[in-house]
Amino acid sequence: MRKYLIGAAAAVSVVVLASNGAMSAGDAVKPPSQNWSFSGFFGTFDRGALQRGFQVYDEVCAGCHSARLLAYRNLTEIGFTEDQAKKIAASKEVTDGPNDEGEMFQRPGILSDRFVRPFPNDEAARAANGGALPPDLSLMVKARIGGANYLHALLTGYKDAPKDTNLPDGMSYNLYFAGNQIAMAPPLAEDGVEYADKTKATVDQMARDVTTFLAWAAEPELEWRKRMGVKVILFLLILTGMLYAVKRKVWSDVH
Amino acid sequence: MSDSKFKNPIVAWIDYRLPVFTFMEHELHEYPTPKNLNYWWNFGSLAGIILVIMIVTGIILSMHYTPHTALAFDSVERIMRDVNYGWLIRYVHMNGASAFFIVVFIHIFRGLYFGSYKSPRELLWMLGVVILLLMMATAFLGYVLPWGQMSFWGATVITNLFSAIPIVGDTIVTLLWGGFSVDNPTLNRFFSLHFLLPFVIVGVVVLHIVALHQHGSGNPIGIDTKSPQDTIPFHPYYTIKDLFGLGVFLIFFFGFVFFAPNYLGHPDNYIEANPLVTPPHIVPEWYFLPFYAILRSFTADALIFLPFSWLMTAKLAGVLAMFASIMVLFILPWLDHSPVKSARFRPIYKQFYWLLIIDCFILGICGAKPAEAPWTYISQAATAYYFLHFLVIIPLLGFFEKTKPLPTSISEPVLKGGGGASVAAGAKPMEKA
Ligand code: HEC
Ligand code: HEM
Repeated sequence: MRKYLIGAAAAVSVVVLASNGAMSAGDAVKPPSQNWSFSGFFGTFDRGALQRGFQVYDEVCAGCHSARLLAYRNLTEIGFTEDQAKKIAASKEVTDGPNDEGEMFQRPGILSDRFVRPFPNDEAARAANGGALPPDLSLMVKARIGGANYLHALLTGYKDAPKDTNLPDGMSYNLYFAGNQIAMAPPLAEDGVEYADKTKATVDQMARDVTTFLAWAAEPELEWRKRMGVKVILFLLILTGMLYAVKRKVWSDVH
Repeated sequence: MSDSKFKNPIVAWIDYRLPVFTFMEHELHEYPTPKNLNYWWNFGSLAGIILVIMIVTGIILSMHYTPHTALAFDSVERIMRDVNYGWLIRYVHMNGASAFFIVVFIHIFRGLYFGSYKSPRELLWMLGVVILLLMMATAFLGYVLPWGQMSFWGATVITNLFSAIPIVGDTIVTLLWGGFSVDNPTLNRFFSLHFLLPFVIVGVVVLHIVALHQHGSGNPIGIDTKSPQDTIPFHPYYTIKDLFGLGVFLIFFFGFVFFAPNYLGHPDNYIEANPLVTPPHIVPEWYFLPFYAILRSFTADALIFLPFSWLMTAKLAGVLAMFASIMVLFILPWLDHSPVKSARFRPIYKQFYWLLIIDCFILGICGAKPAEAPWTYISQAATAYYFLHFLVIIPLLGFFEKTKPLPTSISEPVLKGGGGASVAAGAKPMEKA
């Protein structure tokens, strides 16, 4: 029986792996695995990377992409002080209203505002991007197979198109994008931002930082979850060990 | 009242008027249970505990969830981000659905191995199949609620199946949708039904347990308990064993919840539903994959469809086959007429049992693959074998299989070689294991 059980367990893992494989997109290359500060049982987000990543998002991506599930108050969770977060919010123009005269008006952002969107609606976003819609980035890391590895690979995966491919106008060739033709021009260029902490802004560095930031945006509970998980599992291991001892004792008079 | 068997006067007072304590004493403490149950017998009580977990987390989720197409996706994200411990409650509910199916599938295959469906437990088994059907409906409805891409497209594909039914099909689909496509009315009624069905499941579980307690648990040897020596009280023996099993289960379960909460899910469900964009592969949740494979293996050119092609469309055949794959479990107690219950004494059945398990895994893999060669052929063969197992092999085994001699009693389960006296009178003498 034991032999069969091991066989069954192996089969389960094959199914799980196989079904994951089945979901990956057609001709895109599988993104390479990277080391992330937030992976593993004890992973936490690197605070420096988070803040640099926010800077990249704010200065580069936010021109086209919204992150509508985030609010400026959330920035205090990644190491900004409340004053810094207030300042960042205040630097944004938020449409509010209607006021007493029934007019919409502009005011500086406050902590409780959600991140301001670059375009008033999807149609405007498409019109400004040659018909392609830049998707919201708040859940991007959870919404793609490969997660953070995929995002990093995508941002660094722009290549010259092979000779036999005809790239339509406004399209770029990307190794990791499904179908390889992406309507997003390479968003990152060497020294595209000037980091507040003087880190050298290489394309790889910026890609890692913004990916870390977006991983946090998708799973802001991650650190809390893993910390709680370690405690819960340790507790259960001890409890289950004790239950086993009691079980042995209770059953000692049977047989 | 002084002669009450309860020492606590309040308990005695209540029990004299409302015999709940007598009932509990009878069903839990005195309830005699075979003493040789192995750990495969833990999965029934585990399933019951998960049902409770699902209902508790589900009720809390409903306090924050909004069943409207424009708000549902964001309301779930609000639960994840702004509701206190919302992420924990949602991840427990989400992974709880998977855990529920793992546990129930093991529970069912336990029954298949040890012949738990045989007389006098046929109705008990059939109630279990009803629970499986209700669970599948509940999980399907629940998966639509977060209103992601897979929610929407899964709902579209599955509800569309009903259109294969002749004459009334389209009417049924319109009724399910509450309109002419999966839209807000669909989401509203799915939420309502997803809230309702778990309580129906509770009702059927109660009947399942009433039927169980009528004749008691079966056991790995599959012979009846004969003397008090064969049984022990449920409490404390099986309460502690079930608790230990629960501990082991929770370690695995919370391992997923805390460290890989989205491992069993599909990333596309973190993209809000969009009727204008079809995902490249629409795949159901893992627990539906074998059934999905059976459904898809009936194509117009499939060999297994040939015998039915004069009668119906391939689509209808697929839908019927999918339901039939569960219906065969309903009639299994009559398909299998071997008098021996446990596969331990059925050497040939045992081999076919493992083949069936492998077949189910193959179906699961095929369900996850795109519908193209070679997967279509593998899945057609596996579907054919699935029905062959239940409709041909199992009935034939009842006639031709030579079973091993059964032990005389649970207390004396091991047949010692040469001890002819210990061979049960009715059993065929054969080579000793
Ligand atoms: C000039 C506008 C523009 C900027 C700036 C921009 N993007 Fe994009 N992005 C797009 C468009 C347009 C698409 C849609 C591409 C398509 O569907 O072909 C897109 C798509 C994406 C996708 C989705 C890819 C997929 O798998 O579907 C990601 C992830 C992404 N961008 C990340 C970023 C990040 C991170 C930044 C900042 C470093 C950024 N983008 C900056 C326009 C932009
Ligand atoms: C038989 C037990 C149950 C099963 C198998 C089940 C299954 C599911 C599944 C698979 C989901 C989708 C999870 C996701 O991807 O987010 C879900 C969501 C949901 N369920 Fe249940 N459920 C059960 C019981 C209940 C009960 C009893 C309630 C309410 C009383 C409930 C309320 C909800 C709500 C509000 C959601 C949407 C929130 C979300 O998606 O996380 N469920 N359920």
